[in-house]
Amino acid sequence: MEASIFTKQFVIFKLDNEEYGIDILRVKEIKEMMSITRIPKAAHYVRGVINLRGEVIPVIDLRKRFNLDEGNEDDNTRIIIVSVDDIVVGLIADYSSEVVEISSNAIEEAPDGAGTVDRNYISGIGKVGERLIILLDVVKLITNPAA
Amino acid sequence: MDINQYLEIFIEESLEHLQELNQSLLDLETNPGDMKTLNEIFRVAHTLKGMAGTMGFTGIANLTHQMENVLDAIRNGKVEVNSAMIDILFECLDYLSSSINAVASTGQESSSADAIIASLNGMLLKKPEAEVKDEDANVDIKESKMKFNQYDDSIIKKAIQQNMGVYKITLVLSKDCMLKSARAFIVFQTVERYGEIFKAEPNVEDIEDEKFDNEFTIAIITKEPEAMIKKELESIAEVLEVRFEKVELPEEQSINDIDKNINKEKEALTASTEEKENGDETRGKTTKMGKTVRVDIDRLDNLMNLVSELIIIKTRLEGVGTDSKNQDMIEAVEYLERITTSLHDAVMKVRMVPVERVFNRFPRMVRDLSKNLSKDIILNMSGEETELDRTVIDEIGDPLIHLIRNAIDHGIEEKEERIKNNKPVNGTVNLRAYQDGNSVVIEVEDDGAGIDIEKIKRKAVEKGILSSTDANELEEKDAVDLLFNPGFSTADKISGLSGRGVGLDVVRTKIESLNGLVEVENSKGKGSKFIIRLPLTLAIIQALLVNIGDEKFAIPLNVIRDIIEIEASAIRNVHGQDVVLNRGIVLPIVRISKMLDVENAVSDESEELTAVVVKKGEKNAAFIVDSLMGQQEIVIKTLGKFLSGIKYIAGATILGDGQVALIIDSNSLI
Repeated sequence: MEASIFTKQFVIFKLDNEEYGIDILRVKEIKEMMSITRIPKAAHYVRGVINLRGEVIPVIDLRKRFNLDEGNEDDNTRIIIVSVDDIVVGLIADYSSEVVEISSNAIEEAPDGAGTVDRNYISGIGKVGERLIILLDVVKLITNPAA
Repeated sequence: MDINQYLEIFIEESLEHLQELNQSLLDLETNPGDMKTLNEIFRVAHTLKGMAGTMGFTGIANLTHQMENVLDAIRNGKVEVNSAMIDILFECLDYLSSSINAVASTGQESSSADAIIASLNGMLLKKPEAEVKDEDANVDIKESKMKFNQYDDSIIKKAIQQNMGVYKITLVLSKDCMLKSARAFIVFQTVERYGEIFKAEPNVEDIEDEKFDNEFTIAIITKEPEAMIKKELESIAEVLEVRFEKVELPEEQSINDIDKNINKEKEALTASTEEKENGDETRGKTTKMGKTVRVDIDRLDNLMNLVSELIIIKTRLEGVGTDSKNQDMIEAVEYLERITTSLHDAVMKVRMVPVERVFNRFPRMVRDLSKNLSKDIILNMSGEETELDRTVIDEIGDPLIHLIRNAIDHGIEEKEERIKNNKPVNGTVNLRAYQDGNSVVIEVEDDGAGIDIEKIKRKAVEKGILSSTDANELEEKDAVDLLFNPGFSTADKISGLSGRGVGLDVVRTKIESLNGLVEVENSKGKGSKFIIRLPLTLAIIQALLVNIGDEKFAIPLNVIRDIIEIEASAIRNVHGQDVVLNRGIVLPIVRISKMLDVENAVSDESEELTAVVVKKGEKNAAFIVDSLMGQQEIVIKTLGKFLSGIKYIAGATILGDGQVALIIDSNSLI
């Protein structure tokens, strides 16, 4: 791991006061909150579907996915559209505004039992100055069924 | 040359040719003397040979070459068409299709065709005048390659008249032979001690220049016995194999004829492609092919998506247009609507494929099945030209195979049984396709014993699905319905119950996933009929939009019987099921708001209810909705992999205002 140091770009978003990062290569775009059509009988964390330029895209409520308390949605709420293979989904986040570069030697493995998010969905903890960013494993988040 | 870019075309075209071959072989079986069919088979074999040769698939090329020889022998009346011959030709077909499939998946041909080539040779050798039945009987095709012209023939004739032997000798040199021409020279010298070489293949100059692989053939006239020359030749170093073939005059002439005819055929073929109006040779199909363009299905899908977008925006414009006071605007929108409708139809037509594509594999299947089960089955097909969307065509093959197999295996009785019941010995399976309004119907009907309802009931009671009192009251329709129960069908297999059910649940699931329906008509002792109803198109449908609570749903128009108003007080509860009496029929009530967890539905409280009566086969149910929004053309979008398996929802659509509305899957709600 130490042998080759490289940097990766991450899209940073917030849930409550924690910062999360998603590999920028997975992110297609970031949309403002829009009208969502509820899907009956779907998993509890599936908020519904949106119309993304003619495509019907499912939207996941990350708060529910990670069993966090319900938050308020406001003008800052964003839907981050990510894709894994041919699956495209939107993730609802409180706030998203920046892209940061994190070098691979500033990423540590997630500590056991720490934090609120299931470790399975975390690929590591990135350090940017004083900030600690939880890096999400989007592939597992989308392909693994409910936690 | 990079052949990869042609590989796809090769595979597609080969599969088409094989399909034709299949059809022609079946025709040939029923009508062995038909020259036209024979020529068709010949043509296909020849085309395949050429294509495979170009692509470097020698196995296919060799096999088709030998098929040509056999077919030509048939054409000249030298070999008879009998069932063994047909079987071998079908084997060839099987080899060719598996080989092409192997090419498609791995880029390589499947295992060698030698065995089949050998049996083809066997057929050739059975011709009446064949006397070459010594140890050299298994003639390699390469040996027959040597052609004798008229001049050679006269030499042979003379030699035979003078009681001299005429032989073709094929010599195989070892692969690492360094000086092939030197070896050949020694061979020539040796042979010339005993007789006279009058022909060589390749010719002598080429042999001297080493322009040959590892083997060559010479034709000699000699007074000496064959065995002696053979021994001499075999003693030459680096000669691996010496094969003798005695040349008889009549035999020679026939081989000569074959070659001549093959050449003639080739000329005829090139000629017929040049002048297309030669209607007799070139059938309607081939002429049609010249006018087609091959398009990747992805491109069509893309085109379809764009048309879908256009329809969405058109619907939106309609909304704006009707509000507008501007007459021009309204007219323009109406014109746009007409154009988009035509465009949609046109694109749909491009995607349409005749069901023939699925049907034409069945005659072969039925033939094999009837042979295996020793039942005589007549398969009647009609409506092959009925067209369906390409995506549907790709999916209905398996369900139909299931149904036809069931009909033959379980439906049609053994011969003795049929005679006992005063039925014709031949069982009949009818496969029909026709368009019925906005859907396409495919029927599989047999004249067998029909479904034994009592047996099903007994089985159901045994399995604990029904109590015996329930079973007695069970209507025939519902009993037949049990067959589609997945648990039921597996039980069938184990117990060997001679009813239907093997895989019927699979059939139903598949058809329903295509928004279709399966129905059964049964009459005991006379046979049964499975009816599959499929929507013409999958992508764009007419739908009724309804409001429930704050949400909007679409119900496909083709499942709606009518719309009724009912009083909440008229709803009765029977056996835990809410029902209402409508036109003398008891309609079960389905409260969509409850089923789909819709909050704040007005219909939960109100006294006056609007219900959409939806049909599923013979069954009806009343879906309670809040209000109707109107009819609209909608584009079906899937919910995608992430949301696969969502109950009660068939997909989604985008409304004119950009919102997403869900499409109700009425089949699963009834």
